[in-house]
Amino acid sequence: MAKIIVDGKEIDVPAEFTLLQACEEAGAEIPRFCYHERLSIAGNCRMCLVEVKGGPPKPVASCAMGVRDLRPGPNGEPPVVFTRSPMVKRAREGVMEFLLINHPLDCPICDQGGECDLQDQAMAYGVDTSRYAENKRAVEDKYIGPLVKTSMNRCIHCTRCIRFTTEVAGVPDLGAIGRGEDMEITTYLEHAMRSELQGNVIDLCPVGALTSKPYAFQARPWELTKTESIDVMDGLGSAIRVDARGREVMRILPRTNDAVNEEWISDKTRFIWDGLRRQRLDRPYLRENGKLRPASWNEAFAAIAMKVKAAKPERIGAIVGDLASVEDSFALKLLMEKLGSANIDGRGDGTALDPKGGRASYLFNATIAGIDDADAILIVGSNPRIEGSVLNARIRKRWRSGPVSIGLIGEAVDLTYPYEYLGAGPATLTDLVNGDHSFTKVLAEAKRPLIILGQGALTRADGAAVQALAAKLALAVGAVKDGWNGFSVLHTAASRVGSLELGLVPGEGGLDARAMAGADALDVLFLLGADEAEVAPGAFVVYQGTHGDNGAHRADVILPGAAYTEKSGTYVNTEGRVQLANRAAFPPGDAREDWAILRALSDVIGQRLPFDSLSQLRQTLYATYPEFADIDSVLVGDPAGLAAVAAAGGAVSEAAFVSAVNDFYLTNPIARASTVMAECSALALGVVRQAAE
Amino acid sequence: MGLDQAARSLFLKEFVSAFFLSMRYFFKPKATLNYPFEKGELSPRFRGEHALRRYPNGEERCIACKLCEAICPAQAITIEAGPRRNDGTRRTTRYDIDMVKCIYCGFCQEACPVDAIVEGPNFEFAVETREELYYDKERLLDNGARWERDIARNIASDAPYR
Repeated sequence: MAKIIVDGKEIDVPAEFTLLQACEEAGAEIPRFCYHERLSIAGNCRMCLVEVKGGPPKPVASCAMGVRDLRPGPNGEPPVVFTRSPMVKRAREGVMEFLLINHPLDCPICDQGGECDLQDQAMAYGVDTSRYAENKRAVEDKYIGPLVKTSMNRCIHCTRCIRFTTEVAGVPDLGAIGRGEDMEITTYLEHAMRSELQGNVIDLCPVGALTSKPYAFQARPWELTKTESIDVMDGLGSAIRVDARGREVMRILPRTNDAVNEEWISDKTRFIWDGLRRQRLDRPYLRENGKLRPASWNEAFAAIAMKVKAAKPERIGAIVGDLASVEDSFALKLLMEKLGSANIDGRGDGTALDPKGGRASYLFNATIAGIDDADAILIVGSNPRIEGSVLNARIRKRWRSGPVSIGLIGEAVDLTYPYEYLGAGPATLTDLVNGDHSFTKVLAEAKRPLIILGQGALTRADGAAVQALAAKLALAVGAVKDGWNGFSVLHTAASRVGSLELGLVPGEGGLDARAMAGADALDVLFLLGADEAEVAPGAFVVYQGTHGDNGAHRADVILPGAAYTEKSGTYVNTEGRVQLANRAAFPPGDAREDWAILRALSDVIGQRLPFDSLSQLRQTLYATYPEFADIDSVLVGDPAGLAAVAAAGGAVSEAAFVSAVNDFYLTNPIARASTVMAECSALALGVVRQAAE
Repeated sequence: MGLDQAARSLFLKEFVSAFFLSMRYFFKPKATLNYPFEKGELSPRFRGEHALRRYPNGEERCIACKLCEAICPAQAITIEAGPRRNDGTRRTTRYDIDMVKCIYCGFCQEACPVDAIVEGPNFEFAVETREELYYDKERLLDNGARWERDIARNIASDAPYR
């Protein structure tokens, strides 16, 4: 710790702190453009100048000067920093004047207007007149992809975007050419950016040089209602802020949550919002003579009730989709119990995970923040870059911060960091378990080995056997011990962990999702937002969901539900973190919240569910499953259960692992309805094709 | 009765002076205007009916910055914006003013960075139904075209004081 005096206030800070951090610690506000706590220090905007005693006799850039670089006074007094002296004020005014020389005065047409760092800081630290009468610099706008719009006249060369793509995203697409006034930010030969995290440069850009292309000119920040919520595009449950104007979601931004997403979100999370407006189901539909026709709620319910009452309980089933909240799944589970059916499955992708194996067998036990502590990482059957882009950035951050061995079994893809490619399929995993592979030693010698098991390894027919192998390996290399459980399952669906917690798996003699979708398995099948299953002809399918997607095309009755921005719901992320998503907008047309639809339907069927409001539903839920009441806490699995999972064993096939996500941009019905995602998907496929040629 | 008052009564002084007073007003120019055939002077700062202006080359001035919408104390303005089809510039797709809500404070024209929305000199826009007072973009641009000469003159004459 080092003592330092900031504006007359003496504080103790770690010696490795920069002056900027020390000043913030002391409560002094330092303006900055290029400095960002999660990026490396560039020191090129010069806005953070402060005056120091015990340093150079000129204003120093506080972001680039360390506390330990300052000398103490002649009698050992701590170094002194001034952030409000006349010298600092003049320095800031001077810097601001230089920055504004080439910055266009187009705030009225700039999308950053109203939330612009330059605008705010010019008001706070700048002068009110201009002495500059010469011509301003003009720079051509660049094409850097369908998501980020550029307006390069506005760029102030802070290089945050370059540092982000190089350091955090690990896809160094952006760079600067030229120097001084001629410096320009660009991609190589104007190709599109290829990172799944590229949208974050929009937030990082302190001016309006990089703005969101789909959101261009749509709304002003002061018109938007901000709702803090949780993302459901992947299993991570990133913290997001949903900005809505009136009934429409206008954009989605990240919130800071150091335990999950730091302050990044993937492009799918950020740009999904146009999918919330297209192909929405806004009224019930009924299939008559092979064609769907609009119907009233009563007609739809009556049709379902007729079929349900005619069917035997064991001929009724339900599949819960990837985006369902815990409340909705719970309501469906109660309904199925009342109907006396054991056919319910929350694992639409057919993953081998089962709550019988104990919580530790299906959670990301090491926790997402735990990746920072891991010193050897084995990725099995997963492509974290597309299955959890933000998590992949976390692994990359770990790789950047110090030596770590990373091994991969599965598809050899670009993960943005180097890894040792161990093999393609379960055979390599068997070798590792038997100790026939050098990487076993790496894992065994590591203090905190982390084994990430992806859905690509678990959704296969031999998924349970692969899970057993991985658990065996984790136990063998000492990945499961006091204070560390390195056996970690990476989920791809937001609802999965919640479903497993609720025990949404077939009961005694019940059918699983694959069997239910098979030919002549059931008479009535409920799909709660389950679009991934191909349901064979025969069964009477009730689809309850948001979009006209696969499920709706197959359905005999469509019940329009609410999307994740339109309801309050609990989601449990891959590490077992219980989080609450909030309502930012309202469902379109006649669509209702899913639990309310199920409640109304239960009445018509004659099996009334015991709640009339969401709070009553939650009370019932918490009474049975108290763990959901503790919002933002992480569920902890008992590692003892892993031994039983490991012992289960079974034969594995020789087939290679393939990632559970084949197109990052089109994993769920909302994404498939989004034109932006479609464009990104086409572009991504095009890039692959080019590379193959 | 004094001699003085007797003389005044005899010569009908009050009657005569009143007669001359009324004759003076009779021949004086009238203060009343024969509206609608005659109209009074308007200050160049007069805040009347709104208009959206165009540049001399026919280009719309409004750039959809939404500052007028933000400042409007009566929340009478509704704007929706988006990139224009042909060149991608920032334009309004909808610009509505609810003239029933409007309080004619003139904040919108003060806020406008490009002098697009102005309150023109027209005050004769009484209508028979409420709906006619919900102005849309077309109506406002139409006003701009009709009143452009007066509006431009007013802005020019007020410019030295800004």
